[in-house]
Amino acid sequence: MSSVPDHGKSKMRLGRPPGAGRGHGKPSLRGRQSDPAAVAEIQNIIGASAAERTLLIEYLHQIQDAEGCLRHRHLAALAHCLRQSLAEIYEVATFYHRFDVVADDAEPAARTIQICDGLPCQMAGADALADTLADTLASNPASNCRIVRSACMGRCDGAPVASIDADYLTHADATAIQTRLTSPVAPDVMAPRVDFAAYQAGGGYQLLRQCLAGERQSAQVISQLELSGLRGLGGAGFPTGRKWRLVAAEPGPRLIAVNGDESEPGTFKDRHYLETDPHRFIEGMLLAAWAMDAEAIYLYLRDEYPDLRVMLQRELALVTAAGLCHGQIHLRRGAGSYICGEESAMLESIEGKRGLPRQRPPFPSQAGLFGRPTLINNIETLYWTRDAINDGAAWQNLRSYSVSGRVREPGVKRAPAGISARALINSYCGGMAAGHELMAFLPGGASGGILPASLADAPMDFGTLEQHGALIGSAALIVLSQHDDISVVVTNLMRFFAHESCGQCTPCRVGTEKAVVMLAAGKEQADGVAFSDLAQVMADASICGLGHAAANPLRCALRYFPGSIA
Amino acid sequence: MTDKISIELDGISVDALPDESIWQVAARLGTILPHLCHTTEAGYRSDGNCRACVVEVEGERTLAASCRRRPEAGIVVKTDSERALKARAMVMELLLSDQPRQSESPDPAALIWHWADAQGVHDSRFPRRSHDVVPDTSHPAMMVNLDACIQCNLCVRACREVQVNDVIAMAGRGADSHIAFDFDDPMGDSSCVACGECVRVCPTGALLPADGQGDADREVASVCPYCGVGCQLTFHVRDERIVRVEGRDGPANQGRLCVKGRFGFDYIHSSERLTMPLIRRDGIAKDDVAIDPANPLSHFREASWEEALTHAAQGLQSIRDIHGSGALAGFGSAKGSNEEAYLFQKLVRTGFGNNNVDHCTRLCHASSVAALMQTIGSGAVTAPFTDALKAEVILIIGCNPPVNHPVAATYLKQAAKNGAKLIVIDPDGSTLSQHATWMLKIKPATDVALLNAMLHVIIEEDLVDHEYIAARTNGFLELAAHVRAFPPEAMAELIGVPAGKIRDAARAFATARTAMIFWGMGISQHIHGTDNARCLISLALATGQIGRPGTGLHPLRGQNNVQGASDTGLIPMVYPDYQPVDDPAAQARFEALWKTKLDPNPGLTVVEITEAIHRGDIRGLYIMGENPAMSDPNLSHARTALANLQHLVVQDIFLTETACYADVVLPASAWPEKDGTVTNSNRQVQMGRRALQPPGLARQDLWIIEQMARRLELDWHYDGPETVFEEMRASMSSIHGMSWQRLLAEDAITYPCATPEDKGQAVMFGDGFPTKDGRGQFVPCDITDPDELPDQEYPLVLLTGRLLEHWHTGAITRRAPILDQLEPEAMAHLAPDTLKELGVAPGDRIRVESRRGAIELTARADIGVQPGTVFIPFCFAEAAVNLLTNDALDPDGKIPEFKYCAIRISTAYDSVET
Repeated sequence: MSSVPDHGKSKMRLGRPPGAGRGHGKPSLRGRQSDPAAVAEIQNIIGASAAERTLLIEYLHQIQDAEGCLRHRHLAALAHCLRQSLAEIYEVATFYHRFDVVADDAEPAARTIQICDGLPCQMAGADALADTLADTLASNPASNCRIVRSACMGRCDGAPVASIDADYLTHADATAIQTRLTSPVAPDVMAPRVDFAAYQAGGGYQLLRQCLAGERQSAQVISQLELSGLRGLGGAGFPTGRKWRLVAAEPGPRLIAVNGDESEPGTFKDRHYLETDPHRFIEGMLLAAWAMDAEAIYLYLRDEYPDLRVMLQRELALVTAAGLCHGQIHLRRGAGSYICGEESAMLESIEGKRGLPRQRPPFPSQAGLFGRPTLINNIETLYWTRDAINDGAAWQNLRSYSVSGRVREPGVKRAPAGISARALINSYCGGMAAGHELMAFLPGGASGGILPASLADAPMDFGTLEQHGALIGSAALIVLSQHDDISVVVTNLMRFFAHESCGQCTPCRVGTEKAVVMLAAGKEQADGVAFSDLAQVMADASICGLGHAAANPLRCALRYFPGSIA
Repeated sequence: MTDKISIELDGISVDALPDESIWQVAARLGTILPHLCHTTEAGYRSDGNCRACVVEVEGERTLAASCRRRPEAGIVVKTDSERALKARAMVMELLLSDQPRQSESPDPAALIWHWADAQGVHDSRFPRRSHDVVPDTSHPAMMVNLDACIQCNLCVRACREVQVNDVIAMAGRGADSHIAFDFDDPMGDSSCVACGECVRVCPTGALLPADGQGDADREVASVCPYCGVGCQLTFHVRDERIVRVEGRDGPANQGRLCVKGRFGFDYIHSSERLTMPLIRRDGIAKDDVAIDPANPLSHFREASWEEALTHAAQGLQSIRDIHGSGALAGFGSAKGSNEEAYLFQKLVRTGFGNNNVDHCTRLCHASSVAALMQTIGSGAVTAPFTDALKAEVILIIGCNPPVNHPVAATYLKQAAKNGAKLIVIDPDGSTLSQHATWMLKIKPATDVALLNAMLHVIIEEDLVDHEYIAARTNGFLELAAHVRAFPPEAMAELIGVPAGKIRDAARAFATARTAMIFWGMGISQHIHGTDNARCLISLALATGQIGRPGTGLHPLRGQNNVQGASDTGLIPMVYPDYQPVDDPAAQARFEALWKTKLDPNPGLTVVEITEAIHRGDIRGLYIMGENPAMSDPNLSHARTALANLQHLVVQDIFLTETACYADVVLPASAWPEKDGTVTNSNRQVQMGRRALQPPGLARQDLWIIEQMARRLELDWHYDGPETVFEEMRASMSSIHGMSWQRLLAEDAITYPCATPEDKGQAVMFGDGFPTKDGRGQFVPCDITDPDELPDQEYPLVLLTGRLLEHWHTGAITRRAPILDQLEPEAMAHLAPDTLKELGVAPGDRIRVESRRGAIELTARADIGVQPGTVFIPFCFAEAAVNLLTNDALDPDGKIPEFKYCAIRISTAYDSVET
């Protein structure tokens, strides 16, 4: 028997307590609480001990892959596991287009069809494809598919491009997509044209082996690279040897970040080189790691290249097993964000954050990834380093042009730096496509501006097009003909920039959005001065290159194609 | 020495500092550049995202955000070039294109309109975005109008970097970037703790107080009336009402406030304020307390001040005359000013003729003070909480700063973000655990076992500071021998934490270059509270983590002036400045100062006074601003004592639960109605200024005390707080260098402060302790069980404490409408597992019983609470948890064991009327 305490019997009963007496307290602590079942599900997906905040984007990928979406309850559970705030998780998850953040009771479509919205794909009929597909799917709701327009998928020589989840189709049409929907094809494990054995048989990894064996001095290797004249081929054209020297001079520990976020519309050369001869790139990357005495390499690959990711995982394992690696290699997935091709935004993304470009100084060579001195090189740049180091001053400095649009033979063309658009089209691409005459061209993808045919003889190289208000950038030549409408082109480009702006600074965030709305209103409504002022503030006052470059299509349209947009 | 960097700005050659921005250099030269995402408030990083402040740097392709750009030697900056002017105007035009019209703006006086105007930008040529943004009015304190948001992320920095609550996200990207609370939840449903920092800095009115921006006709600089952090603030007054409160850049808060400080000021305008002296009606029994505080005339009658004061004083006087001076006692207040506390203890010592004067420190840090006085000779903190930013390792034990000291917590969280390692030790997981490197979730009341185990590791692995121990301490060998019996491996099960974790935490603390210890009532409110504190002091002494910046001992003080009330002698054993009443020299000093004989015997403490009333030894009590009928342990017993008093005088601003037992109620002044000083947890003496007059016939407390004194035959003639302060200075060497004028000018001065030039000593004891030989004393401690362990009948453990929104016994905060709306109901916090075992759903009513009492309230699921324990805040009169708590006392500190007693919970019960 329990004792009966002597309480509650006092006649001292107090009167009304303070407080208005309205409302009820919350049955749990304020804000979303992580539910134990969701925590268990998340631990099942990412591992029970996974708690590395810098891997946030990797975890989000794992959850998105497993669940097809990111449910609020799972994000709350992830926050619990990583001991991060809900806000930190949510802002990262909602920043990247690859992630679908949904309410707990939402039922997302079983499959996602993405149709590329890049300019070459639009020119090849992507809009009509999307419409046709939407009609077909609407008549068959059981297919449980959704159609999403996606930024450039990096296969512009096969435009139009579509994907069903991670399965990518080039020269896509509605029939092919329907067929693939009903009878899915297991994605091949891509075999590179030149594999590990073949690459070594051709003299590959000899230079790296010499370096690792101490037969080469890093200072000498860097000198060779400087003599070769190799420049950064991601778009900025910074002399590679000088960059290596700068980073090597910083106090350790140093890191390497490889920019494999090739996403400038019209650009597919990195993809081309990884498909054909990945070990040449890997050797270049490992040479850099050796020369920097780097602690680790972070290879950031855009998520639109899942086949290449699988291939790289396998080939990197081979190389590691062969004892050729200097430092640890971390292969990281992008998550559908053009801005993460901007090097400092990429660093943020690798750190598990939103891809916001950093303001400089400090420069990444001084304080880059995790605040450490960091060498950042593009995939193609590293691809050429072996030859550039071997050949030094004698290295033949060719450019890789990604050519798409109205040419007979699109593709990656290896041509001398400074070649003109006309020569490139005629000598390397089999000329214009049948029925098309050169009307204009984009020398550097979406960012590089639009030039008229009258400038088709201008040399295309770093520094040569600026006088015309254009840039070569990543050397993505998109060729336009008399069948293309400049205002449609400019609208496509501005829509792209608005879609991809990180939103950090006013000129770019608001400017790109205003440009899209103004273009949609039609040129009859348009105020040329307003366009011009808009372009100027974007170019002058944006934080990063995206905002600066977003002015180029507007400026070129106003300058070379009067009446096209205003 | 700082290296100056020479730059050219608008044609003028100027020396800039390396950590200055171009914006600051320009401002220094008189050019204030437009700014929206940049604020000059303390503690904000410039982000440079809005681009409203761009300037041209010669030779650079693009413009630079002046708020972020640092000077580099030789750069030529033009703030007024055509290109820069054009870009700034365009940025403003773009922003205005999506703003509501100024006349329809949530805040037409917002900063954005000032800068638009200044640049002559009134319209936009660009199409307005089609928004369908609905204002978010889900929060009682704040309103969100994202229509006016410009994505400048100041609120994100406010929430993430300044207050470190991290509720606001910048979600989405590009033009879809938007402010989100948690997962785009309504603000009122989010984890927002309503510190209001975001509202403070928003430049557009997108975030506003729920009732708008509140224009004021005057501003009064004062200090927050709530916790011991001591945030400086400004009362904004219009039509004799406080309409808004803003933080000021004080040493303890740098402009920050918490929900109570910012939104909890309107209690002073409550209709339940006491505005007339009251005398208990004849024939109303002392235990008849069923009174509606809004309607006291059911039990009391109104009286003039003359009648009330005479009645109050005569009642006390006649007891003194008949039963001797020992039959009287007084409880002073830690919520009033230093001057009031000083006068109150002087009144008891000279008017009552004994030392029976105490206050709520007895219930919060008495054991900490006992341990500190015994070991290092001083009861206050050795370093300010802001020193956490200088510490490599921060040990936080038995306290929950994000709830109880929210602004102090911001410094701890910032330190963790900057890389300091936090060791958080608590039975409950607070939000600090998210920032902890080591979260040691110990079983309740196992602190001595844990701390001895840590000392064991530090000594066993020879991580002690031999030099420090040799030069500055006594008794180390005894301690070392004692803790040999406490290896973590043997203690782990008792403590509930793996031995490896204990070892890691101990090593980190000992080997840090700088390490600091914070503690609260989880340490002090035990029958072994003094032992707990002694162990913490040993930890600091053994490792030499004391006496340098970034090291030291910081017991976080609870009330706004609990430090000052203790310093000024509201303690039965000591006069002001901790001079023992039984030290003849001290006695002689005060007899000379006060010109009267003094009782050489230490007086009784709070809980001892309750017992003395029950015994009939004490018959008359004068209580100023204390609420023992809610705050004492074992309330039935304590309330019976109040009812048994022959004469009770209560001086307060509301008819508190205690005042319901009074014979005379004296209507007093709220903090914003007073001039006076208060001393915070950092030993910073700060100046409070009167913003309003007390309502009705309510009077200044200082005046009331003086009037009471005169009627107790004391010839007192003080002319306001300044004259009281001057008398205090004469008897307190700690504040000797502080003049009233100096305090008015400087607003905050840290003691000890010996001379008018002395800046005050923030970090103490670098050169020894105020003990007889200047050395600190190790005191070995054994494990003591709590007084009442759980058993079959009462299987659960009860812990008590506070909520963020409610202060102490709730007398004030439950009458502050916003705070009341945020936490309107008495809740018991239980772990989800415990709820499941009991078959209780969150939101269900439950009955909680101990051997001493029972309450009924609503269950809340709280993942922080340890299974098998229940946490109940003591602020709810309708479910007063202190009816349940145990009044067993710590033998040294005389503090009751609020933090541990055995209880049981039932769900099927016959509801008793409450």
